[in-house]
Order: sequence, then C-alpha cells, then structure tokens
Amino acid sequence: MLAKLTVSEALAKLQKKEVSSRELTEAALSRIADVEQEVKAFVTVTKEEALTAASILDDRRLKGETLGLLAGIPMALKDNMCTKGVRTTCSSKILHNFVPPYDATVAELLKSAGTVLLGKTNLDEFAMGSSTENSAYFTTRNPWDTRCVPGGSSGGSAAAVAADEAFFSLGSDTGGSIRQPAAFCGVVGMKPTYGRVSRYGLIAFASSLDQIGPFTKDVRDCALVLNAIAAHDSCDSTSANVEAPDYTSFLDGNVKGMKIGVPREYFAEGIEGEVKDAVRKALDVLVSLGAEAEEISLPHTDYGIPVYYLIAPAEASSNLARYDGVQYGFRAEADNLLDMYKKTRSQGFGAEVKRRIMLGTYALSSGYYDAYYLKALKVRTLIKKDFDRAFEKYDVILTPTAPTVAFQAGTVENPLTMYLNDICTIPANLAGLPALSIPCGFAGKLPIGLQLIGKHFDEGSILRVAYVYEQNSGIERRSPELGKGGVANE
Amino acid sequence: MAKGVSLMSKYETVIGLEVHVELATNTKIFCSCPTEFGKAPNTHVCPVCLGFPGSLPVLNKRAVEFAIKAALALNCEIPSFAKFDRKNYFYPDLPKAYQISQFDLPVAVNGHLEIEVGGQTKRIGITRVHMEEDAGKLVHAEFGDYSLTDYNRTGVPLIEIVSEPDIRSAEEAKAYLEKLKSIIQYTGVSDVKMEEGSLRCDANVSIMLKGSTEFGTRSEIKNMNSFKAVQRGIEYEVKRQAEVIESGGKVVQETRRWDENKGVTYSMRSKEEAHDYRYFPDPDLVPVIVDRSWVDEIKAGLPEMPDSRRMRYISEMGLPEYDAGVITASKAMADFFEAAAAGYHDAKAVSNWLMGDISGYLNGKGKELQDTDLTPAHLVELLKLQDDGTISGKIAKTVFEEMFASGKMPGEIVKERGLVQISDEGAIAAIVDDVIANNPQSVEDYRNGKEKAIGFLVGQVMKLSKGKANPGLANKLLKEKL
Amino acid sequence: MKINREEVAHVARLARLEVDGVEMDAYTDQLNAILQYADKLNRLDTEKIPPTAHVLPINNVFRQDEARPCLPREEALANAPDDEEGMFRVPRVIE
Repeated sequence: MLAKLTVSEALAKLQKKEVSSRELTEAALSRIADVEQEVKAFVTVTKEEALTAASILDDRRLKGETLGLLAGIPMALKDNMCTKGVRTTCSSKILHNFVPPYDATVAELLKSAGTVLLGKTNLDEFAMGSSTENSAYFTTRNPWDTRCVPGGSSGGSAAAVAADEAFFSLGSDTGGSIRQPAAFCGVVGMKPTYGRVSRYGLIAFASSLDQIGPFTKDVRDCALVLNAIAAHDSCDSTSANVEAPDYTSFLDGNVKGMKIGVPREYFAEGIEGEVKDAVRKALDVLVSLGAEAEEISLPHTDYGIPVYYLIAPAEASSNLARYDGVQYGFRAEADNLLDMYKKTRSQGFGAEVKRRIMLGTYALSSGYYDAYYLKALKVRTLIKKDFDRAFEKYDVILTPTAPTVAFQAGTVENPLTMYLNDICTIPANLAGLPALSIPCGFAGKLPIGLQLIGKHFDEGSILRVAYVYEQNSGIERRSPELGKGGVANE
Repeated sequence: MAKGVSLMSKYETVIGLEVHVELATNTKIFCSCPTEFGKAPNTHVCPVCLGFPGSLPVLNKRAVEFAIKAALALNCEIPSFAKFDRKNYFYPDLPKAYQISQFDLPVAVNGHLEIEVGGQTKRIGITRVHMEEDAGKLVHAEFGDYSLTDYNRTGVPLIEIVSEPDIRSAEEAKAYLEKLKSIIQYTGVSDVKMEEGSLRCDANVSIMLKGSTEFGTRSEIKNMNSFKAVQRGIEYEVKRQAEVIESGGKVVQETRRWDENKGVTYSMRSKEEAHDYRYFPDPDLVPVIVDRSWVDEIKAGLPEMPDSRRMRYISEMGLPEYDAGVITASKAMADFFEAAAAGYHDAKAVSNWLMGDISGYLNGKGKELQDTDLTPAHLVELLKLQDDGTISGKIAKTVFEEMFASGKMPGEIVKERGLVQISDEGAIAAIVDDVIANNPQSVEDYRNGKEKAIGFLVGQVMKLSKGKANPGLANKLLKEKL
Repeated sequence: MKINREEVAHVARLARLEVDGVEMDAYTDQLNAILQYADKLNRLDTEKIPPTAHVLPINNVFRQDEARPCLPREEALANAPDDEEGMFRVPRVIE
C-alpha cells in the first residue's frame, strides 16, 4: 500500500520513476477517504489542488527539471499555518472563513521543496490544549484507539501521519504540542530549537515559545523534512542566522561515548509505571550500544507548568486581541463598537481560549505584572540555567514525553489536570531547546513516547540517538487498524 | 475680567508636552510599505501592518537611526540597550489591538532644549524619546451610524518626545514647540508639518498655588492641531482648572479634547472602558544594542543646530539678533541665507529680502521655502542687477514676483520683458519735458517751495517709462529743468 | 493570592469578553485554582535573577528602508466582515 511508505521510501520510488507524485497523492487521498470518518484529522482537504500540483510535478520530473528535496511528497499542515488562498482556521470559529493572502514561510519552503499540500489538520483552538478536544469543529481521534484522543494541540497532524493519511505533516509546539501527540499517536515528532524554523505565517499562540516542526513515520524522514524547513528567515526577527547542517548526516548509527543525562524529576510521581518502564528499557538499549547514561537533576522542573501557564497566556492575551471582528474572521451583530468587540470575541472563541486570555490579561494587568508575569520570566531563567549546567556535561537528555499514554476523549474535565499533561515537554520550550519524541513501545494498544532534548541548534545529536534507538529498539513498525468502516465515537 | 487676572496670579501653571513626530523614512517601521501621505485608502498596507494572523514585525534600521539623530539634536543620552514593548488596547485604528512602543527602556533619555521667552533663556528638560508605530485613520460617515478605517498610516514610524513638567505658561509651551520643530527640521528626520499630522502635540496641564511644591491633578489635552491651538488650548484649560478650584471643585485626571471652533476643551468619552495598557516586552522583536561607534556615526551626520547658527550669524556675519533668530528658525531659510550671503557682500540685504518679500510671499501662498523653485542664486543675481543699476528697486519687486512664479533667473526675466533701466539722459529728458508740460500744478507747487512735489513728478516719469527710468537721473534732470 | 469576582469582571472588560453570571463563577474558580498552583513560584527567591524574555541572545535584527510591493486592496479587504469605499466598516466610533 503506497500510503504506508515513509518519505524516504517514496522519494526513492519517485526517483526511480516506479511511482508518480500523482499516484502517491491519489493513494493519500484515497486513504483519507477510507479512514477520515474514523480519525477526523483534517479541517480542510485540498483534493483538486493537490492532484493538480502532483501532476505538474510529475510533468516537470519527466522533462528532467531539477526538483526540490521532497519533490512529489504529499503532506499536511496544521491549520494554524497560513496558506495563500486556502482557508486557515486555527480550528476556531473566529477564523472560520479566513483565507490568508499570503503563505507562511514553511508553506513556501515546502512548496519550493516540491511537496504537495493535501490539506489542513485539526488542532486545539489556537493550539491551546493537549487533546484536540478544544477544536471548535470536532475532536480528532487516536488512530490506535479511536475512543482516545490523539494528544494536542497538533493532534490532527499527528493522527494524519499515524493513520497514513499523509506522508508527513507539520505541527507547532508551544508547550509540547508536537511531542505529546507524537507520543500518543506513535510517530516521530520534533520541536526544533526556538529560532531554527521561521514562525512567519504561523498564527501566534505564545510567540516566545512557539516553534514549528515535523511529524514523520521515522527518524530519517524527520531529518529530511527538517532539511527542507530549517532556514534563517529575514521576515522573522527571532529567526536564528545559524547555518543548518544536512540533518541526515547524523544518522550514522553510532552513539558510542555519547553522554545521556536522565533527570530524576521526570520519573517522579505522576508518571505512569508502564511509561517509566518503556523509557528505561529504551535507555538500556542505548547503553548496550555504547552510550553512557547518568541520573541527573534539573531541580526547577516542577516550576515549568506554573511558569508556562503564566507566560503563554500572557502572550496569548495580546496575540489574540486582534480577533475583534474588524478586518477578518467572524463578526457578531451589534449596534455599537464595544458590543461588537465583546460579542464577537465571546461568541468567536471557545472556553479554553477565553480562559487563557483571562488568565494572561490578569497576569499582565496593573498590580499583578511583577507577581505573576515578571516572576515567571525570572523562574524561566532558573529553568534554562538547569539545562545550561546539564549540557556542560551531557550531549542529550532523555525523558518520557508524556506522563501517560493517550486518554479517552471527554475524561479530563479540570483544566489544571489537563495542563499537568505537559509536565515533561514544557521545560524544553521555556529554554528554547530542540526536543524529539520517538515511539518506545506500547501500553496495551496505545503507543508510548520517549523524549530526547538537545543543546541549542544541536538537533543533530538528538537525531543521532533517536536513529540508533529506532534501528535497535526491536519494536516493529506497524500501523493502526483502521479503514474497516468504523465511525469515531462522538 | 478683573477676577480672571487675580485668579491667574494666584496659581502657577505646570505643563509637560508629549510631542509625536512622524519620521520621514521611505517605509514603515516594521514592514516594507511606503509611508507616503495622501494615497487612496488601504493601498499602502500588507499583512504586517494590517496585523494579519501570523505576520511578524522586522525593525526598519533607518527609523532607529532617525530616532537617535533627533534625540542627539535634543541633547539626549542614548542608552546602550533599548527594547520594544506592546501597549494593549482595543481601537479600530489599531489592527493588532496593541501598539508596538517602548515602555521602560526607550531609545533616548535625559535631553533638553532652550527656549527664549520675554528676553529670557530657559532650559526645558526632555525626559525621554521613544519609538512607536502610528495608528490608522478613522473616517466617520456623515450619514449613518458607522465609521471607516484606512490603515495606510498604520506603522509609520513615530518618535514621542516627552518633556519634563518644566513649562510654566502657554507662551512657553508654544516657544518649546516651535523650537522643537526647528531642531527636528534641522536634523532632516521629519517634515514636522502640524497640518499634515507629522507633528502632533498633547499637553499635560495642571495648576498649583504659587509657591507650592506639589503639582496639582493634571488633565491631558488632545487634538490641538496647530501652534496657535496649542497656546489657546492650554490657556483655556488653565482658566478652566482655576475656575473649578475656585468654585470649590476638584480637577479630575482625565483626557480632554480641544474643540478649535468652540474654543473649549471637553472631557473625552474614555477611549477605553478601563485603562490598563498591560505593557510587556514584544516577544516578536529583539533588543536593539546601540554601541558608541554607531552613536558617533549618527552624530557626525548632524548638521549645525539653530542655536549655534544664530550665534554665528550675529557674531560673524553681523546680523541683528532679531534677524538671526527669525532666519535660523527654519533650516531651509538658514541654508538659503548662508548660500546667498556667500555670493553677495551684504548679509543684511539678503536677510532683509528673506524676512521681507520672500517671507511675505511664502505666507501669502502658504508655502515653505523648500517647496518653491527659488534658489539663493536667484536672489544674488537680483541683488547684483540692482547694484549695477540694471534695474531699479521697483522693477526688482516685479522681477521677484515672476522669478518666484516661474523659477526663471532674474537676468532672463529682465531681458525677456525689456525691464532694463533707462539711464540714457536724452531718453529720460524727453519724458521729463512731457511731465513738466502735463503737470503745471505740481510744477507750480515745486517752484513755490513745496519740495515734496518733486516726488510726485519723479513718480510720473517712472510711470511713463513703465518703471524703467533710472529714478536718480529723473530726479536730477527734473531739478535742473525746473 | 486570590482573584475575586470583581477582578474577573475587570479582566473580562479589559479583554473585551462578555461573561455572564454562571460563567463568572466558573472562571473565578478555575482561575483561582491555576493561580493557587502558580503560587508555588513564590517558594523561589528570584530577587537577583534576571528575567528571560528571549531564549536566544539575538540583537539588532533590522530591515533596510526599502519599499516592497503592498497587498492589492482587494486582497486586503477580501476577508473584511464589512467594507465600503476601500475601507473597513465598523460601528460608529465616538470620540
């Protein structure tokens, strides 16, 4: 089945002209047609545009033109990345009809790399959530057990790759929104270093934390996609002017002498036993191949969640102020300006988004700024320093990606309980570090994720370790059972 | 009236001015849209200045340099670290619902300028100069209950110059503003035209009992769109506050809008339901580090400032203080003056033309010197034509007007229109004879000792010669013949 | 610290959100739970710790002052909920 190919396998077949982009695209679209009613990964499927783009690429290949790095590969983008002429909703009612007049830098880069856009994937509204249950449209389902959530906020992108609906996808990660759904859906997901991939055209949630990264079926694909999107962008002031290496060059299968730090705080109470066991087993595999592992301490880990849940909502409260019904998106009927603002925003935003806007507004408001926002920025410094110290001695840090496997939809009602899900992923965002989640086993039907965190701009080391582990984990690559006509539970 | 006078002598006025100046960069502060004024609505916009989802700002380097340049001219210190912050509030002219501005670490601090009021020089402190983006424009429908927004101006770079509360009268406020305009104009970083909105002024006004050290509650006055309005608005507000206090009331801290037609300030309906701008560092922009060498480089590009020029015109070029003050108030005028004086021996004669006919003409047309085709070479040539007797003083005025209108050189105008002065005795004598024959009464008066009558007769000679007769010669011949 | 209903109402006004009575109670409870959790930050002495607003030491990122093409007006207005004469239309703004 073509749709099950990895990006590297599909590229090899394209180059040998064993398959055309059109065929790959048709395969992906037919897979979408088969399983989407169960998975519900896509907000928008751009079928006709995808087929046209694939045919054009095939023609160019036949003419012998030089094509991009990923020419002919069908993929999906999280619906918070602007796509010129293609509706971009952030899974929010407030942007239900927004058609951007421009492409996000990543969309442009992937276009010039020759990829084919299949559509836009579902997310928690404005990327605020850990389950996609906060989407204004529908909840995406975990392909391994459709009663469960795929994680979030990039649940649609993770599920689409896990369900073979797309060869790869992009997500965005503010506090774990790539890594946690990657863990829940059993795929590879990477949040690169802050500043490694341009944020231009990514609809902001929390600007100092947001970072775009790939979801792929394996580590090699992750390196390939990163090669296409990691670049300095003069349109993003926070984009780093640091040259990107060829990330596939790190996939040499050697971890001998690499130093792995294993922070004890990430194996504390609240992390499920099965998760801990799977991660420890993975560590044993790496040690058996010559890596050196030591237990370390990142003493401020526990403060990550409160810091994050002050900084991110504060930035969000400002970033989301522009949705006021004046220039684009939803506008509520009202006969005066103030009412228009209030009604538009109250009807246009969902409960979690409003909750975070309120929280962030409060944290920035007069009299509370120092106690909350400034305090959080200072503790952020302490968290970053923990990592700085650790990376003086260690090459990578290994932890679980999420404290549990995927949970059933509708079972987590308390916002704070939901926030605690991000405990392992948030610190890397606060420190701006690259981090990747890779499958490391199953608990019953559901995948478990292992997280590797690296130094700034050292995506190479985490790819190297992840690749060695993937090659030697003894876990067979398998696909979830889908497409048997089942319908996702509402 | 008497009550007003006694009232005003009881209180002291305290004024601080917040002046916004639009920087004359080619493009906006955070995007590449042009800053041109007066284009069709929403034609100079892009995803960034429209605040479209996902767009990001990138700082215009020249805007930073212009801000520093202006600040240096205002004797400010330039800290080595500056950052940008978001000022959050909802208003339809603000697409992102926040304005990118500078809160606690602005581009410049601790400056001053000097004003002269009533023959006294006074230093007014400048607290800070910070950079920010301009908002868009609201157009209110004449009929119907709606407004329209045009975002061409959104994102035009502004500097806000905040004075210390050192200003003590409306007159001082006007002098401060005029001086500020002059200094900024010298730096070339802005057009500083109040009528086009590239210079805007808000005033914080309070009063306190004379001798008190504690400032009263202040009100902020907006919408004063001319120098005169600033003076009138402050004068009105001072009087209003005094009356509030005298009648047992309390001045409220609020924003008031100046109504130019009615000549009053009135309380604005709050722009915000509640004021709390929630400033925080803009995570989309990185800090600006200004090192010494960058400051020095910008400083080297500053022209000589008005105060220094004024002193030089007095001491080196012999201009009266008054002339020097008037001429240096405008850089265009001062540059013109220096260039013309370099080509002509009498600086005072140049100054007379500039302050007299040229200023009169400009005021009449509502133009600035730099908006005309007149060059220093025009004036020098005109003065020389007069000196060598080619044209009379009267003809010079005719030539001047045409020169201004057409931009042609005076020599060319004189030639084209045959305005060369008649200095041929024979030709003038013939006209003189005519005049004597046709004006017997004046001739009689003169002969009877009315010296003044000769003036009328010379005038008649000039009239008949269409102004071309050499008036000295006409005078001499008339006297001889009578 | 605890946030009370009045403060929640004030925050809602600042954020231009309409919150009715029932929601007000829920928000007050939820925000309190989160803020109480955040109180654990006060265990740390951060007196001498500088804040981190940016994780990377990037400074002085500039554009040159060169104009680039703008959006065609139709595109600028294409998403507008209401427009007239090339401008965005809103309920009357009172000054």
